[in-house]
Amino acid sequence: MSHHTFINITFNKMAKIKSLAELREIKEKLKSNLDLREKSENSEELIQIEDAKTHVLCCGGTGCKSSESDAIVANFNNILKEKGLQDEVMVVKTGCFGFCEKGPIVKMIPDNTFYTQVKPSDVQRIVEDHIINGCKVKDLLYLDPETNQHVADSKHMGFYKKQLRIALRNCGFINPEDIGESIARGGYEGLGKALLEMSPEEVVAEVTASGLRGRGGAGFPTGVKWGLCARNEADQKYVVCNADEGDPGAFMDRSIMEGDPHSIIEAMAICGYAIGATKGLVYIRAEYPLAIERLQIALGQAREYGLLGKDIMGSGFDFDIELRYGAGAFVCGEETALIHSMEGQRGEPTFKPPFPAVSGYLNKPTNVNNVETFANIPIIITKGADWFASIGSEKSKGTKVFALAGQINNVGLIEVPMGTTLRDIVYEIGGGIKNNRQFKAVQTGGPSGGCLTSKHLDTPIDYESLMAAGSMMGSGGMVVMDETSCMVAIAKFYLEFTCEESCGKCTPCRIGNKRMLEILDKITKGNGTMQDLQELRNLADVIKDTALCGLGQTSPNPILSTLDNFWDEYVEHVVDKKCRAGVCKSLMSYEIDSTKCIGCGACKRVCPQDAISGEKKMAHHIDNLKCIKCGACYEKCKFGAISIK
Amino acid sequence: MAVIKLSESKINFVKDICKQFNNEGGEVINVLHKVQGEFGYLSAEVQELVAEELHIPVARVYGIVSFYSFFTMTPKGRYPISVCLGTACYVRGAEKVIDELKRQLAIQVGGTTPDGKFSLNCLRCVGACGLAPVMMIGDKVYGRVTADKVAGILAEYNN
Repeated sequence: MSHHTFINITFNKMAKIKSLAELREIKEKLKSNLDLREKSENSEELIQIEDAKTHVLCCGGTGCKSSESDAIVANFNNILKEKGLQDEVMVVKTGCFGFCEKGPIVKMIPDNTFYTQVKPSDVQRIVEDHIINGCKVKDLLYLDPETNQHVADSKHMGFYKKQLRIALRNCGFINPEDIGESIARGGYEGLGKALLEMSPEEVVAEVTASGLRGRGGAGFPTGVKWGLCARNEADQKYVVCNADEGDPGAFMDRSIMEGDPHSIIEAMAICGYAIGATKGLVYIRAEYPLAIERLQIALGQAREYGLLGKDIMGSGFDFDIELRYGAGAFVCGEETALIHSMEGQRGEPTFKPPFPAVSGYLNKPTNVNNVETFANIPIIITKGADWFASIGSEKSKGTKVFALAGQINNVGLIEVPMGTTLRDIVYEIGGGIKNNRQFKAVQTGGPSGGCLTSKHLDTPIDYESLMAAGSMMGSGGMVVMDETSCMVAIAKFYLEFTCEESCGKCTPCRIGNKRMLEILDKITKGNGTMQDLQELRNLADVIKDTALCGLGQTSPNPILSTLDNFWDEYVEHVVDKKCRAGVCKSLMSYEIDSTKCIGCGACKRVCPQDAISGEKKMAHHIDNLKCIKCGACYEKCKFGAISIK
Repeated sequence: MAVIKLSESKINFVKDICKQFNNEGGEVINVLHKVQGEFGYLSAEVQELVAEELHIPVARVYGIVSFYSFFTMTPKGRYPISVCLGTACYVRGAEKVIDELKRQLAIQVGGTTPDGKFSLNCLRCVGACGLAPVMMIGDKVYGRVTADKVAGILAEYNN
């Protein structure tokens, strides 16, 4: 699928790269292909290049692919060929642009025109109007919901203004299936520098000095972790990439693997050199077929060019990577459970110590890092620890990728410097709450995290501040909620997840969480008591203190944080038997206001239970014994006559 | 041990897969991935055969099959429906979509229609959160699904 018309040397005949100088030579040769894109990315002003060739970047991430982005790419190639423009225009299928809300995305280079929700049938117009006649296809441009104006290019979109893309630097920029584009972008230079110009100790020291902390959630300093593993002598050590992204609502690891697989490979090799390991394993979810495919393509290309395998770049260092497939168990994100799963066991965690750095995969010293953590490594080595440490907040360096989702205008993948406030994320990047509703809470850290409320809007987001607010960074899911979300039901939703995913090995997690779920169920059905709320808190505290692994220890967080921040809502459920959001079905009923009802019969027709009666043009009535509270009538009524009581 | 009722070709397929992985007990998860990929599900007979070929107890194979949600012991429908219940889809109303599917197909989550046409399952995050709520039928992803779109989507499979 890649289009090499711009590249003058044929890569397939390349011999293995034998030195850093050779890698840099190839980079120089290929750089011109990315020049246009890099200039467009870096310049503040719109660049006008005479006779510039056009690059068309089409998103090939999972989200856009499911809305036919493959057909868009095919149409571009066909129509450009028809018009004889195939040598003037380069069509690139890239990784995720992050702006999934309005996918599929097509970005035009050099002027950064950002077309949204493009359909395969729109391609003809883009080619004729934009490429041939030089005028933008206005109705495909992003429409700013506030100003109601079309935005001409991505530089002027609120979604991108406050972002800083380090881990996602190549996503939506290069063709992930072409190692040439990766090399032209500086790929494998960090590996070359580490292998040929640095000692393993220096690599560990550089990563430590950068202040990079684990992006999987807990935030352990990466360099320190590497140092622990490096210290242990063994005949074989392992580097493991944790790509078992199971947190519902987080998909940054998948996007990185789909959009920039070479960075992960490069980082794992750097890690292998630093800790003295020659084997790498990627533990990846079987539910991510596209990420698996892209990784396999990238691994094949890296081996072909001598960037993996024996004697990498003439350094004498050997390293190779294998893929291992997960099978859908959330607990396998915990490193000891992950290791057991790779060994062909049930993915149950074990007590630490011994830490994997001492005894991990096949009882050998093993270093486990998450995908996003690895994605930061190559650029730390090439640009230096000082550069990385200059970004972010005092104790949390660099950037964090968040999967912004929920009741927000701009759903997607974003990357911001640590210390960015929640307000900037929700209102500037996220474009505010959907349908102009009121902001209620944002949930971070998935089933291990908690809720932040409007009082936290100006908190700078980093590991410490989130902990202090009773939540955690987690892998970076960020789900925004408005007043239509019931916080008791949300706590129950997460606990249902934890109960389902608990491996059952330790009692506090297996039984404790089940008991908490029963209490929450009782509360949402209107049978809760104040005693139950006390009991919930007691149980939560005990589970937090006594569970075996990270999953169990953090599972009470969604409950504790909602109890702390939304106590009133719990009390309403228990005392007044009311759910203000209208989510808990047992606590609500629908009523028709006879003064507003005009008797159009729309509600009656849509009711699946025949629970609505009334003569034509007369006020209708809902029989609450028959009503199943599906809400169909409520959504259908155009006159606002139906309300939730 | 129960008498294995699998057809000759299926038995050979499983044996071949096990051999590819050197009949190593540690490779059981990889073996099960391949076998389920071919048969669609892992019946008791298949699990017994895998255990025998890899020289490990059946209990361990069953322990793994029942532990990981990716593995299933019941055949899926011709058109397996999965509704995403990730957080993003949940807060945008995925539950209403499930309720509607349950009502129209008259099956519960985890069930298959009596004619074997549809089966209904939930999954956690397809990663298409921008399109929430999302459901899949086979490999096809349907985005921004609402309860009233369900009937139309199911009708696409009416032939």
